[in-house]
Amino acid sequence: MADLKVQIIQQLNLQEVKPEDIENDQPLFKEGLGLDSIDALELIVLLQQHHNVRIANPEDGPEIFYSVRTMAEYITAEKSKQG
Amino acid sequence: MSNTSAHITASCIIRGNTVVKNGVRVYEAPPDVTLPEFLRGLYDRYSGQYPKFHKMDLLSKLGWAAAEILLQEVPMEHYAPEDTGVILANTSSSLDTDERYAETMKEIASPALFVYTLPNIVIGEISIRHTFKGENAFFVADAFDIPFITGYVQQLLNEGTLQAAVCGWVEQYHSGYDAALYLVEKKPRNGSLPFTANEAEKLYR
Repeated sequence: MADLKVQIIQQLNLQEVKPEDIENDQPLFKEGLGLDSIDALELIVLLQQHHNVRIANPEDGPEIFYSVRTMAEYITAEKSKQG
Repeated sequence: MSNTSAHITASCIIRGNTVVKNGVRVYEAPPDVTLPEFLRGLYDRYSGQYPKFHKMDLLSKLGWAAAEILLQEVPMEHYAPEDTGVILANTSSSLDTDERYAETMKEIASPALFVYTLPNIVIGEISIRHTFKGENAFFVADAFDIPFITGYVQQLLNEGTLQAAVCGWVEQYHSGYDAALYLVEKKPRNGSLPFTANEAEKLYR
């Protein structure tokens, strides 16, 4: 999850945030990191670019992007499906 | 043109890694400092605590930083948000970001860049920061037509559409940039200048 935090910071240009500032279960949107809808799109790009993972159902977005942990779990699950 | 008098109550000119506020040089960076580094320096010196700044394109960073410096120590809270507006112009529109965005389209198009592929986004960034909700416009022209901008803003003030406006020029393309912002108000403040094309021109040059 440490690598994922670095990727999030780079992808979203969070220049004043350090990886250790992001807790694994902290909400990424609203009260957490305060990300917005454009950031959500950038996270989708991150999944594709860095992990070759796509989101099949857009309605799953809020659940997948709830926290770093939920993102990591989704990546792991999709990777295992890919073999 | 001006039936009702108005006043330039603040000005901020940014060019050549130098900031001139109200006619006085207040900040200067060495010539080898790049535009992104220069703008980050302005952010650190005059603002901070606004993470959205880092997501902006260079045009928006330039205009946002100029407005930040322009409006420092100038209370605007007595204005209704709907009475304050932003009127800007430049010559390169958002071409710099348009090009960067087009480059990303070769792989995966960047949503974060896409939202800055219009020149008037800088007006939005300034308005969000300062809670301006009044009239706004962004003109693209060959050069900074000061008589046109001053005439346009004067008309908005005369009609009562606005009580105060941030207006001027925010140009950026690659490493080239030039910004000149004026705060124009119906009521004068200490050190105000008459809001005329001639006075705006003198501050700009």
